[in-house]
Amino acid sequence: MASLWESLAQTGGPIPGAFLGLEASVALADLSKASSLGTDLEALRGRSVLIATHSQLTAALALVELDGIARRMVLCTPDLPREHLGRISATAAADAIVFEEGQPPDASIAPYGVAAHPSLTPGPVDRRRTEQTEWVLLTSGTTGAPKLVLHTLASLAGTLPRQQAAAGGSVWSTFYDIRRFGGLQIFLRAVLGGSPLVLSSAGEPIRDFLARAAAAHVTHISGTPSHWRRALMSGAATLIAPKYVRLSGEIADQALLDNLRGAYPAARIAHAFASTEAGVAFDVDDCLAGFPAALIGQGRGQVDMKVEDGTLRIRSGRTATRYLGADVNVLASADGYVDTGDMVELRDERYYFAGRKGGVINVGGLKVHPEEVEAVINADPRVRMSLVRARQNPIMGAVVVADVVLVDGASPTLDSGSSESLKHQLLDACRRVLPAHKVPTMLRFVPALELTPAGKLVRPGA
Amino acid sequence: MSVRSTVFAQFEQVAVEQNRKLAPLSDGVLLLESGLDSLSFAIIVARLEDALGVDPFSATGIVEFPVTFGDFVKLYEDAVA
Repeated sequence: MASLWESLAQTGGPIPGAFLGLEASVALADLSKASSLGTDLEALRGRSVLIATHSQLTAALALVELDGIARRMVLCTPDLPREHLGRISATAAADAIVFEEGQPPDASIAPYGVAAHPSLTPGPVDRRRTEQTEWVLLTSGTTGAPKLVLHTLASLAGTLPRQQAAAGGSVWSTFYDIRRFGGLQIFLRAVLGGSPLVLSSAGEPIRDFLARAAAAHVTHISGTPSHWRRALMSGAATLIAPKYVRLSGEIADQALLDNLRGAYPAARIAHAFASTEAGVAFDVDDCLAGFPAALIGQGRGQVDMKVEDGTLRIRSGRTATRYLGADVNVLASADGYVDTGDMVELRDERYYFAGRKGGVINVGGLKVHPEEVEAVINADPRVRMSLVRARQNPIMGAVVVADVVLVDGASPTLDSGSSESLKHQLLDACRRVLPAHKVPTMLRFVPALELTPAGKLVRPGA
Repeated sequence: MSVRSTVFAQFEQVAVEQNRKLAPLSDGVLLLESGLDSLSFAIIVARLEDALGVDPFSATGIVEFPVTFGDFVKLYEDAVA
């Protein structure tokens, strides 16, 4: 498959497209005679590169510039704890890192570092493709350390509809960070379609972002249901008048779909099912929660889907190749299906999502493995065991709650005051080491937890 | 305790827990300028479901998403009524 740059150049005319960031805007045509990587682009040829910039704009530029040049690109999410960078670098055999100008990383992470600049450096650039670049995405793992998921441009973008450059004057945007799967889909649609892309910025108030998107006349915009609820609560949702509204990454409930229909009466509103491992499976645009049962079955397009043991399985050319690293499970089963881990229930010829297998919790599009939270709670000597589970929530899809069993004798002797105090100590311990979305929003003491005959915790959906 | 004071107490409590600076609350304050993030609102909605026995966001039919603190209080007052 052609590289991103080759795809842009193939259109024959001027290179279309632009990135509209908070700090700057860059026309992709300018990359024909300039680089965001200073004079170091050539030095990255053939390398395995961590793209670890803070800003989305510099990351977006690096992806366009390095596809076809780097052997491998690892898309580090902006909230990635620094302590994970070393292990990710080792797993990906990284020998270079692209970082934000002025924020050099620890030299031990990768031997070669290149600063990324939102303002381009003019100079000759050789954009010849010499690699079929591997794209590595990060997804959360059970222990809190991310897993590395290997994709190619073909698996990420292979079946995206190609648009004629600038046809229809599409302008894309996304609430997502483009280094997450949902955001990357929009990045690729915009770049391969030759459309401008409005990038959000961490910490930018949602009203300001929507105002920028409105000023750019955004026509296509995506986000998680949580992003959209926040947009609706901002009172600024109707600043934009998109033709296409996309939801992915979480379950889209009927109340939200109805609200979006009210806010954008003329838009096509689609909710998509996609995951970092399984790729994009389907879009539904009938404004009803769930998806038609008729989508299940083989040979109904480019994606085969089936339901086995209550979870949705997907087989397609868009699924990831494999995980990087030795100690992780194989991604697909022998018949080529990837288990999405999403449980579905059939009601009236329609499948509805019913949470995650194994108790994995989806908080606003971010995965939480119960085990990593339980490990923190269980570290307290007064705790015998704990069960961390999802509680459905209309704002974030789900929040994390914990049931805790104390060691013998501890709980009956607790009066309500010391019980509250212990609860606060356990939650404080969680806050010290876990990001906010993983900290239980409620913690209660229970006399016992149900165990399987094998002595394992009974998890919802496990 | 009235619905309004229950809601008010939850905003204050969650702001402290989430280490966020809460703006002085009045009916006209925009929720997204109250100092709280989405996770804070998610926690408030969960706790209010326990305290008041209602979750107006999950009610069927179109529920206007509240934009101001006043909208938010009214949503709960109407749901409890």
